[in-house]
Amino acid sequence: MEVLTTILSQLATIFSTDPIGGMFTPFGMETLIAGMLSGIMYSLVGIGFVLIYKSSGVFNFAQGTMLLFAALTYVSLTERQVNPVMAFAITTVVMIIMGIIIERTVMRPLANQDLLSLFMATVGLNYFLEGLAQGTWDSAVHGLDLGIPSDPIFVADVARETFGWESPWFDILVSKFDGFAALTALIMVGGLYAFFQYTRTGLSLRAVSDDHMAAQAVGIPLSKIWAIVWAVTGVITFIVGLIWADRLSVSFTLTWAVLKGLPVILIGGLTSIPGCIVGGLIIGASEKLGEIYFAELFGGQGIEHWWAYLTALVFILIRPTGIFGEREIERV
Amino acid sequence: MYYRETGQNVSSYAEDRRMVPVREDRWIMWTFLAIMFFVVPFWANDYWLSAILIPIMVLSIATLGLNIATGYTGQLSLGSAGFMCFGAFTAFNLLFRVEWMNIWLAFLCAGIVAGLVGIIFGLPSLRIKGFYLLVSTLCAQFFAEWFFNAYPWFLNYTSSGVVALPPFHYRFLPFQDQIFDFFGLEKDYNAYVWRYLIALIVTVLLTVACKNMIRSSTGRNWMAVRDMDIAANVIGIPVGKTKLNAFFVSCFYTGIAGAMYSYCYIGNVDFMIYNLRRSFLIMFMLILGGLGSILGSFLGAIFVYCWPILVTRFGDAVFGGGTLDTAFVENNSKIIVGTIIVLLLIYEPMGFAGLWNTIKHRLRIWPFRT
Amino acid sequence: MSNGANGKEPHMIIENIDLAFGGTKAITDISFTVYKGEICAVIGPNGAGKSSMLNVINGVYIPQKGSITFEGKKFSKMKPHSAAVMGIGRTFQNIALFSGMSVVENIMTGRNLMMKSTWIENALGIGRCKREEIEHREACEEIIEFLGLQSIRKTQVSALSYGLQKRVELGRALAAEPKMLLLDEPIAGMNIDEKLDMACFIQEVNYNRGTTIVLIEHDMGVVMDISDHVVVMDYGAKIGDGTPEEVKNDQKVIDAYLGVSH
Repeated sequence: MEVLTTILSQLATIFSTDPIGGMFTPFGMETLIAGMLSGIMYSLVGIGFVLIYKSSGVFNFAQGTMLLFAALTYVSLTERQVNPVMAFAITTVVMIIMGIIIERTVMRPLANQDLLSLFMATVGLNYFLEGLAQGTWDSAVHGLDLGIPSDPIFVADVARETFGWESPWFDILVSKFDGFAALTALIMVGGLYAFFQYTRTGLSLRAVSDDHMAAQAVGIPLSKIWAIVWAVTGVITFIVGLIWADRLSVSFTLTWAVLKGLPVILIGGLTSIPGCIVGGLIIGASEKLGEIYFAELFGGQGIEHWWAYLTALVFILIRPTGIFGEREIERV
Repeated sequence: MYYRETGQNVSSYAEDRRMVPVREDRWIMWTFLAIMFFVVPFWANDYWLSAILIPIMVLSIATLGLNIATGYTGQLSLGSAGFMCFGAFTAFNLLFRVEWMNIWLAFLCAGIVAGLVGIIFGLPSLRIKGFYLLVSTLCAQFFAEWFFNAYPWFLNYTSSGVVALPPFHYRFLPFQDQIFDFFGLEKDYNAYVWRYLIALIVTVLLTVACKNMIRSSTGRNWMAVRDMDIAANVIGIPVGKTKLNAFFVSCFYTGIAGAMYSYCYIGNVDFMIYNLRRSFLIMFMLILGGLGSILGSFLGAIFVYCWPILVTRFGDAVFGGGTLDTAFVENNSKIIVGTIIVLLLIYEPMGFAGLWNTIKHRLRIWPFRT
Repeated sequence: MSNGANGKEPHMIIENIDLAFGGTKAITDISFTVYKGEICAVIGPNGAGKSSMLNVINGVYIPQKGSITFEGKKFSKMKPHSAAVMGIGRTFQNIALFSGMSVVENIMTGRNLMMKSTWIENALGIGRCKREEIEHREACEEIIEFLGLQSIRKTQVSALSYGLQKRVELGRALAAEPKMLLLDEPIAGMNIDEKLDMACFIQEVNYNRGTTIVLIEHDMGVVMDISDHVVVMDYGAKIGDGTPEEVKNDQKVIDAYLGVSH
């Protein structure tokens, strides 16, 4: 009974015009926008996931550790007085080489195995990379400051100064850091779209993702394509790792980024990059709203870990292959 | 091979579905069990019991639990530690709050509660397939960690978040006090030797039960759903019911493993240890041991648990005591375990159990080659 | 029960079935009757909707329109599980065996509907469990013997040849003691010996057990030899229906098979 009353009163607050509670007020908008923008951070992790899944059907659980490995390499290099540009270049090369090695040693020998085996291989790879990253460098916490501004922007000021618009709806604070992350995501998605749509390699990639066998039959070099995908993913992961590291600092915690990315790509549908972005927005918004409106219901705080998964679960129960996922017709 | 099954012909279907088909294997098994029950408790010291034998049994049962869902029924799960958490807390609260409760009944209830939670988080499997199901089990994992943190009643409002289990929780015999008095035994009921015996009995019972299910219609239905769910449906296997049944049994095992983990192994209740990393370790044990093999679950648990200990021991022996620091050992075992997982997947997808079968086959036809 | 035109009792009446996937029509307005104890062949060019028809009959696909009357009971759609309960067995075009299990285990799964012991009984090895396992094993061994699978009964099915796998699949369907058996291309892709064996098995099942058989097949020689009744489909519609003789001489059927200039 008590639970029901709390739910009802929370629902009442959501639809009220209470300045610090109503959802349809500038406060609510601010929460929503902040949530959605922080969700973009999750989408960033998801992009690498989707790229690999789309091209090879591999559910790459090692994504989080690749992220840690890249960020740790970069930080450790700069701490050893390597010039940042140089460090960036070295890490990029390292990630490309790593992608190629993974393709050679893990993916190629397992090419014809079922999806579960491939998934388990990446779980093993994840453990391997964890040991390698921390064994090569160390497991301490490293700070990283890329100089991305993290102060908030007051939207009302910007709107008034640039466009001369006035409205109470602009009384919103938006974090510059989140804006930066969103911009990065936008550039990446745009870049990938162009790559898939307008290059020869992109075309081969789409063919491979549709049907490995058929693609091979028309002479597309499967292993080369996969090596490219893993290398590109490595580089993307590195860039995403830098952004995450700037926010969280570099430590083992960074590998949990993958757990934020998981519900996002599952909502989006595993094979769709736009889906990944939409998933991020949904999870981000849902996390913020859940924290504000429903945390109390569950005895306080800290619900965000499972709340994101619950949100994903609800979406997937409605659409079992995600919002943008391909629905497979089962033939017998 | 020193012995072969040649000449041991079965003459009835009852004989044909024996648990251990070869006579010599049965001898080995009975000897092994006799040693485990009657020799080890007298001979082994606390280190062997507490740091080797008990954890291996506990983790093997947890792996077996995951094996039922993932290995036999094909439902991917990353929530093992979460279900263990539900088991451990159920057992703790029953033994702590209910006076007439004994440890066997508490373990049984731990299994049932974990199993029911498993059914709830398994419900989405009726609609979701494959990797999408990860969402549900991960949700269970995080929910468990959060739940026992958010509701401290389950830990009797202990501020540290850890409760050490007192001897009186270990009520494993009727008229326990009197019996101990009669034989003049010391009444430290949580001594490792008692914990070992509790773990051993539970392990043997659960293993036999699992084997029994696998060789009967229950196990066949699980495997049918795993291998091809449409065909299973067409020949009349209720796919949804079978999946939920598998989730229940799987989480029943995992829940009991959780209760054992607290009661037999570490001797305290603590929600922090049932974290995602533990789920992953159990996943590793399953993959290394081999999906869909009971023997494999044990082999995997032994390997993953013992490898770091072996490395430390080896380092101590070669380079002198304490040279290898924990970070090195940890990273090293991560690299090795990770490598072995990938190598096994490439060369022997059935894991250690598959490796064992191959070796057996090779020995059987030695000196000829396959 | 009304008798059909040829004096036989109808086992299943299919009426006005329509099936579409999104915008693509797979089956348009198909009606035919399968009589008790006959071998009914559904033939037609590739993509004619034959497999879809079988999938509709045992509920894998749900038709948009039409009805199926099985043993006097009328359904607008079937469910795979209830089809199995009513006694409709099935084999698949692309073998759908449980690849991780042995031959005998696969065939035993066919009897799952008759095994009543619960998982608790099974786990503890008490109650009905042991008796049922042995009883049904005996029944399965009969099928194994009939199909000549004795030497491979403990072999994992994924290690078997295509022809043998097809046989095991037939065995699994037979284990359920179905009243009607739907066979999707049971002899396709086999060599001549395997084909003859399989054709014999089908006829024997039909003759000895009185099982009604609906089969899809491309091998016209075999179809004309063993079937009592042939339904011809093309582009999702029925274009012929009758005895093999009638169908063979039907101009529409000949056109569909040999092509006709429009």
